[in-house]
Amino acid sequence: MSFASHDSATKQSQGDAITAEEIADSGATASEDVARYALILGDDSLMLAQRLGGWISRAPELEEDIALANIALDLLGHARFLLTYAGSAWGKSEDDLAYFRDEEDFRSCRLVEQENGDFGTTIARQLIFSFYAHELYTRLLDSEDRTLSAIADKALKEVAYHQDHAAQWVLRLGLGTEESSRRMQSGLDSLWPLVEELFVDVEPIERLEGVAVPPSSLREPTMRRVAEIIEEAGLTVPDAAPAYGGDRRGLHSEQRGFILAEMQVLARRHPDATW
Amino acid sequence: MTSEHSSSNTWPLWEVFIRSSRGLSHVHAGSLHAPDATMAVRNARDLYTRRNEGTSVWVVPADAVTASDPDSKGGFFESAQGKSYRHATYYTKSEGVKHL
Repeated sequence: MSFASHDSATKQSQGDAITAEEIADSGATASEDVARYALILGDDSLMLAQRLGGWISRAPELEEDIALANIALDLLGHARFLLTYAGSAWGKSEDDLAYFRDEEDFRSCRLVEQENGDFGTTIARQLIFSFYAHELYTRLLDSEDRTLSAIADKALKEVAYHQDHAAQWVLRLGLGTEESSRRMQSGLDSLWPLVEELFVDVEPIERLEGVAVPPSSLREPTMRRVAEIIEEAGLTVPDAAPAYGGDRRGLHSEQRGFILAEMQVLARRHPDATW
Repeated sequence: MTSEHSSSNTWPLWEVFIRSSRGLSHVHAGSLHAPDATMAVRNARDLYTRRNEGTSVWVVPADAVTASDPDSKGGFFESAQGKSYRHATYYTKSEGVKHL
């Protein structure tokens, strides 16, 4: 392992978990379909990481600021793994894919690109996404694709914590004051129409049996567990029809252009910049 | 916390103790704010175990800690000065004891 030398100034010990660099160096090449699948998962993580990063210096308390930043960095790590692997199919780097694709080329769902809203709305999204991601990576562990399986193994432990963080906050906001409960409910209500998009079996997933996890198979377990938390928090599971569109084909919401502008401007204005 | 602050929305303070590996004691790592004990453990994990520092975390409400008075340092700690007989090195070893 390259980290055994502990040459980092902060003496970070990464253990033997997978890194994006190892994926790049491993020579594992994704097929076109696997790459497109990895892009779907990676783009979700990337967008949500970027959004959560927006809380830094703005969270209600310093401690929560760090918690949200930690979660953002975990998600950014997942995005790096998945985009690096996807890029192996096309000779592109993670940075090529993150910074030099346009709005319609991203395969993320609309849920993750929505503005943060208030803390209740952010926590509502964390609840939905982290429970979805936990079900996803639990099953992706058994993927016949060894790189995807290794990524799932690393991501699963982190997502388990994201789930816990979200659930703890939903309970506290739901059972807290009248105001916190109202805001938590309103966060859930506003995002609910975008939830269904997570569970649509888009192309090319149907051709990847044994490799990809069909999103439709995650609907029941995810929503059952999310509903349990919502009810335990004294809140109501929203009953809203899915928003029109949203099949991960680039039919994005208006927020995507803004989030990408902010995320990509530096890399595009100063190509190959390092610091 | 004085009554002046108790009406504000500030979360209570917690002291954090981390055990770095099995067999060692928990050591005070610092303090943090959290709304309750459950969240305090999670915040401690985020703040103090980012670089693999710990295998176990304790949190204690800061106002549950009773501390010695910093102004009475003299009476409290100085009496140990000059009492070298409290250290093993003060004593000479007995004749015939080879390995000590």
